[in-house]
Amino acid sequence: MAVVTRDGEPGAAAGTTSRPAAATRLMASRLFASMAGLDWLAKVWWTCLSISLFAGLWELCWAMGWADEKLLPPPHIFLGNIGEQGKYFNTATRWQVGTSMTEGPSAFESVLITGAATTMRVFAGLVIASVLAIGVGVLVRYYRFFDRLVLPTITLLSPVSPIAWLPVAIFLFGIGNAPAIFMVVVALFFHMVLATINQIDTVNTNFINVARTMGASKSQIYLRVIVPAILPGMLQVLRMNLFGAWMVVLVAESTGVGYGMGQVIMLARNTFNPSLVFFTIAVIGVLGFAFDWLLRMAQRRILYWLPDTAERLRVL
Amino acid sequence: MSSENAPHFSSKDAVVCRGVGKTWAAGTKRAHEALRDIDLDIKPGEFVVFLGPSGCGKSTLLYLIAGLEDATGGQIWSFSDKVETPSPERSLIFQETSLFPWLTVWQNVSFGLAIRGASQEERRKVAAEALQRVGLIAAMDKRPDELSGGMRQRVAVARALAMRPKVLLMDEPFAALDVQTRARMQDFLLDVWRDSGASVLFVTHHIDEAVALADRVVVFTSRPGRIKTIYPIDLPRPRNLFSREAETMRIQLTELLRDEVDRAFAEQEAFAVPA
Ligand SMILES: Nc1ncnc2c1ncn2[C@@H]1O[C@H](COP(=O)(O)OP(=O)(O)O)[C@@H](O)[C@H]1O
Ligand SMILES: [Mg+2]
Repeated sequence: MAVVTRDGEPGAAAGTTSRPAAATRLMASRLFASMAGLDWLAKVWWTCLSISLFAGLWELCWAMGWADEKLLPPPHIFLGNIGEQGKYFNTATRWQVGTSMTEGPSAFESVLITGAATTMRVFAGLVIASVLAIGVGVLVRYYRFFDRLVLPTITLLSPVSPIAWLPVAIFLFGIGNAPAIFMVVVALFFHMVLATINQIDTVNTNFINVARTMGASKSQIYLRVIVPAILPGMLQVLRMNLFGAWMVVLVAESTGVGYGMGQVIMLARNTFNPSLVFFTIAVIGVLGFAFDWLLRMAQRRILYWLPDTAERLRVL
Repeated sequence: MSSENAPHFSSKDAVVCRGVGKTWAAGTKRAHEALRDIDLDIKPGEFVVFLGPSGCGKSTLLYLIAGLEDATGGQIWSFSDKVETPSPERSLIFQETSLFPWLTVWQNVSFGLAIRGASQEERRKVAAEALQRVGLIAAMDKRPDELSGGMRQRVAVARALAMRPKVLLMDEPFAALDVQTRARMQDFLLDVWRDSGASVLFVTHHIDEAVALADRVVVFTSRPGRIKTIYPIDLPRPRNLFSREAETMRIQLTELLRDEVDRAFAEQEAFAVPA
C-alpha cells in the first residue's frame, strides 16, 4: 500500500501520515464525538435527578402533612395550573389602555413575554457593564493620570449596595426598561472594573516582554497581548456576576420600575399567592440556568485554548 | 552620535558592555545590587554561554542587553547603537513558554510582522520559512497547547528567527526539558546558529551544556554578579564531548563554579540566621 507523506515535512517532527492511520483517527474521533454525546445526556440525566430528588422531598413533606399547601404548595400544585398562574404574567400588556385580565396574550405567551423582557434586561445590563468596565479598567492601566483621577471614586463606590442606587434609577430614568438596565449595570460595573485591573496586573510579564522585543507599541501591546490575555479571567468574572445581575433585576422590577418577573413576585406578595411565588421562582431558575449554560458554551468557544481543570480534579 | 565620549570598542561588535551595573529598586530600602562592572565584547556570530550560581544576575544581564530593563551604571552598545529600548535585532527567548496560547503556531511565529502591519500572505510565508528551519512546518496550524515542551521552544526559536535578529538572547531555554530532548535541542540550536549567523548569548547552569555549545564561557561570581573568568572552549565542531579535552574543560569549569556556588550558599545561610 502506498504510504502518503505530506511534502515538505521533515520526518523527525510529526512523522508520516498514512491512509490507514488517518482512517483510524477519523473513526476514533467519531467514537469520541458519540461518547461526548453520551456525556451530554448523562449531564441532563443528573440535572433531572437532582431536581426530582428535591421536588420529591417536598412532595413527601406535603403528603405527610408537614407542609401546609396554603403556605408551601408543592411543585405539582404550583406547576399544575400554569393556565391560572400565567394570567398574572399578563402585566406585560396590562398597562395598555383597554386590556383587562381576560384579554391579551394567552397564559403561556404571557410567561414567555415577561420572561423575555427580564432576560433582555439582564443581557443588556451585562453587555453594557462588561464593555464599560473593561474599557475603564484598560484605560486606568493605560493612562496613569486616568488611574489617579478615576480609581479612588470607583473603589469608593464599589461596596455600595445596588439597592441604594434604586432611587437614583427612578429619578434618572423613571419607568421602563432603562432604570432596570441601569440597576444591573451599576451593580456590576464597579466590581468588574476592579476585576479587570486585577486581571491586567497578573498578565504573564513574558508575554509583554516578547511583544516589546518585537517592537510593539504600547497600544499594540494592550490590544494584541493584554486584552486577549485577560479574556479568560474576564469571562469567568462575567459568569460570577451573571447571578448578581439576575438578583438585581428582580429588585429593580419589583419596585415599580416597569414590568417583568419582579413585578409578578410583588403581585404574588401583595395578593398572598404562594403558588405564584414558587412558580415564578421556578421560571427564574430555569432562565438563569439557561443563561449560564449559554455563557459556558460561549466561554468554551472563545477560550478554546484553556485546559479543562475540572476534568483534572475529577480523577482525584 | 556624539564622538566626544565614544567608548573604545570596535563598532562592529554584536554586543559591548562597559562597566555595566544594575541595582534593583535603586534608591529604596529594598535596593539590592545584582550586577557590578560588567565589561564584555561579543563578536558577530559568536556563541557565548553565561555560567554562574543561580541568583547571580545572568538573567538580569540578558534583560539589560535586550533593552527590557535599564542599567543603573555603565553603557551597552550593539552594532554601534546604544541599547536603550528593546529591538527586534535582539530577540530574547525565555525559560518558560512564552508563546501566546490564543494564537496558532504560525500566528505566533509571525507576530512581529503583524505588529508591523504585514499582509496575511507575507506573514504566512515568513512563518513557513522560519518553521521549516526548526523542522516544525507540519505544526503550522496547531495551537501551542497541542505541542510538547521541546516543540514549543523550537517554535519560540522560530518566532525569534522570523525577526532576523543579529543577537539571540536565550535565558535557560532548555532547562525545563528532559535530558534526551535537551541534547537534541542543543544540536538543533547549533544548526540554527550556523545558518543564521547571529550571535548567541545563552544562559545555563549546566556545565555540560556550556562545553557542548560555547565558543567562550563567561563565568560569573555570586551576587553581585561580576565576571570571574572568560573561559574559551576551543574544541573543533562538531564536538566530541567524550574527548579528554572536553572532560578537562568540564572539570575546570566545575571548579571555577564551585567556589562561587559555595559563596552564594554561605551568604544565603548568613542571611537566614538572625544576627
Ligand atoms: N524584577 C526584579 N526586581 C527586583 N529584583 C530582581 C528582579 N529580577 C531579579 N532580581 C534580583 O536580582 C538578582 C539576580 O537575579 P537573576 O538575574 O534572575 O539571577 P540568575 O538569572 O543569575 O539566576 C536576584 O537577587 C534577584 O532576586
Ligand atoms: Mg535566571
